[in-house]
Amino acid sequence: MAKTPLPKNLELPPAMIEGATSVADWVIVWPIALPMLGAAVLLMARKRPEWQAPFAFLILLATLVANVMLYLRVQAEGPLSMTMGNWLPPYGISLTADSLSALFSMVSAFILLIVILFVQSEIETRENKYGYHPLLLLLLTGVSGGFLTGDLFNLYVWFEVMLIASFGLLIIGGRKIQLDGAVKYGFLNFLATTFFLIAIGFLYGLVGTLNMADIALKAPQVEGGAIAAVAALFFLAFAMKAAAFPLNSWLPASYHAPDPAVSAVFAGLLTKVGVYALVRTHLLLIPQSHGQLQVVMEVVAGATLILAPLGAMAQTNARRALGFLVIGGIGAMMAGLAIGTPLGVFGLAAYAVNSMLVMTALYLVVGLVERMGGTSDIRKLGGIYRANSWLSIMFIVLVFAVAGLPPFLGFWPKMILVLAGIEMQSFWLVGLILLNSILTSIAGSRLWAHIFWRDGREGVNSEQINTKIRPLPQRAVVWGLLPTGALVAFIIVAGLWPEPLFRAGGDAANDVRLASDYVGAVFERVPETKGEGE
Amino acid sequence: MNTVIFRTVAPYLAALMVLFSVFVLLRGHNEPGGGFIGGLIAASAIAIYGIAAGVDEVRKALVFHPIAVAGLGVFLAGIAGLMSLFVDAPFLKGLWLFLELSDGSELALSTPLLFDIGVYCVVVGAISSIALALEEDEETR
Repeated sequence: MAKTPLPKNLELPPAMIEGATSVADWVIVWPIALPMLGAAVLLMARKRPEWQAPFAFLILLATLVANVMLYLRVQAEGPLSMTMGNWLPPYGISLTADSLSALFSMVSAFILLIVILFVQSEIETRENKYGYHPLLLLLLTGVSGGFLTGDLFNLYVWFEVMLIASFGLLIIGGRKIQLDGAVKYGFLNFLATTFFLIAIGFLYGLVGTLNMADIALKAPQVEGGAIAAVAALFFLAFAMKAAAFPLNSWLPASYHAPDPAVSAVFAGLLTKVGVYALVRTHLLLIPQSHGQLQVVMEVVAGATLILAPLGAMAQTNARRALGFLVIGGIGAMMAGLAIGTPLGVFGLAAYAVNSMLVMTALYLVVGLVERMGGTSDIRKLGGIYRANSWLSIMFIVLVFAVAGLPPFLGFWPKMILVLAGIEMQSFWLVGLILLNSILTSIAGSRLWAHIFWRDGREGVNSEQINTKIRPLPQRAVVWGLLPTGALVAFIIVAGLWPEPLFRAGGDAANDVRLASDYVGAVFERVPETKGEGE
Repeated sequence: MNTVIFRTVAPYLAALMVLFSVFVLLRGHNEPGGGFIGGLIAASAIAIYGIAAGVDEVRKALVFHPIAVAGLGVFLAGIAGLMSLFVDAPFLKGLWLFLELSDGSELALSTPLLFDIGVYCVVVGAISSIALALEEDEETR
């Protein structure tokens, strides 16, 4: 703050918002502010382990309500934007929600609400003391912030918040395997963040702004290879965050390490922020880059679609295999991005919602299986069907949903993607999407056959009843099985009645393709005289 | 490090550093300084006291766990942003309150100052928590 006074007769262009901001607009702040304040309060109350869970639950409930209100508002009135600190955009940092970001943010809050219940079935007092609940809330803060921000550098900040919270959750408990997973996860994610920062720097050099709406206005006027290089760097960084092939190795190497509830949240939320960032940068900010990078996107999508389920088939650790299925879903979303038409984005948004819900549920189910069998090694599992048939029904339903078999939830987004591919005449991509479904169902049924169907362990014992299986304790049934069952029931209902998903996906696609609405929402309050200065 | 001179001087040094950190924090509003750098100075004071007197002593002196202090910081910063809710302005707008003191000088209270105090608490809490954990590790070895 230099003290040199400004000349008295200087005419400054307007920089501050004039007039009042309606309290109703705050609905875009609450999904970020509520979990952050909740995490802060829980950190202060670390000596009160008995308060942690109920308070976290209430905060998450309020966050979900705020998210639903935000979504309804965006549905009714189009994209909503608020620029921090009373500054006008692009000077202040904007929070901007369109149908896509509000939808993702809402689903994230819903998933965390389910998981916080599941956590009660497995948490130990020690983990509670080390801040399990605050870290979960902080993770949601980062995820929601990433979805709702309208500023590119701010997106980086939310990625960091998310990363720090996920580190904490990864290593809570301090087992050796967790530290091993955290190193791989951390190293590759830091690398991706560095590429992201470099790309932000270059882009700022080219267009002189970091506000997403402002970039969307200015970037199309920049010509030449420089902007393509920036776009390629963004693609590299976010594809790494999204765990697309060939940058996927960190995901299966780390997601099986923490508690099942934590890996469920990771699988449901983290990679989708990367996918969301890809959509934002390549379809809204630098739309001309989509054509330039389309071939790369198609190849990445195709390779991810095929190699991920093949990887899942080769695994003997159940949660590692699920990690590969998460990556397969990323392949489907990348296919939607590569197609890039409104129908493609429609498929992407719908598939992302499906993947968030279903992968979380799958990890929760496998968490309960681990509780019963004492291991996640599928060679040593077996006989769970006999011990708990509900669990095995849930698992097979979820496998069908991941693979995209009708009438389960995953079928509809895949159908849209296939339609989008046919419309674009990229038949080989369509073929790979379908092949992915077949391979995923093979990989999933292999898991089901090994964990549930056969009576005992691998080899000669597979016909004998597995004696190592323990029934679920009362606490795991109430806090583990019931929330998981509720989530699976929700998935089944959403699959049988896909109308809302279709509407949400279609709206999201419209908003992404109509950049003018997004830009208009951000600059709505800028006076007409902007730039004239007299 | 465990000399008599150091052990004698450390408490005074730490007290001075904490005092200076508050000065830097408040000065930061209009001049170089601020919550982050002030927090770093206070955290180094805590670390020095920890090396001289032992970690248990420091934890007792701090009363609250450093992580709880960091939580308070995040909370204060968030509250500073929410204040603008009451004046129909967007999140995080800077608000000022000027108080006339008895000797005619003016005391400026503002939400940016509250935010900065929040930053100070976060930095003190996080850094001293790390420093104390490392020192504890050293002691038990």
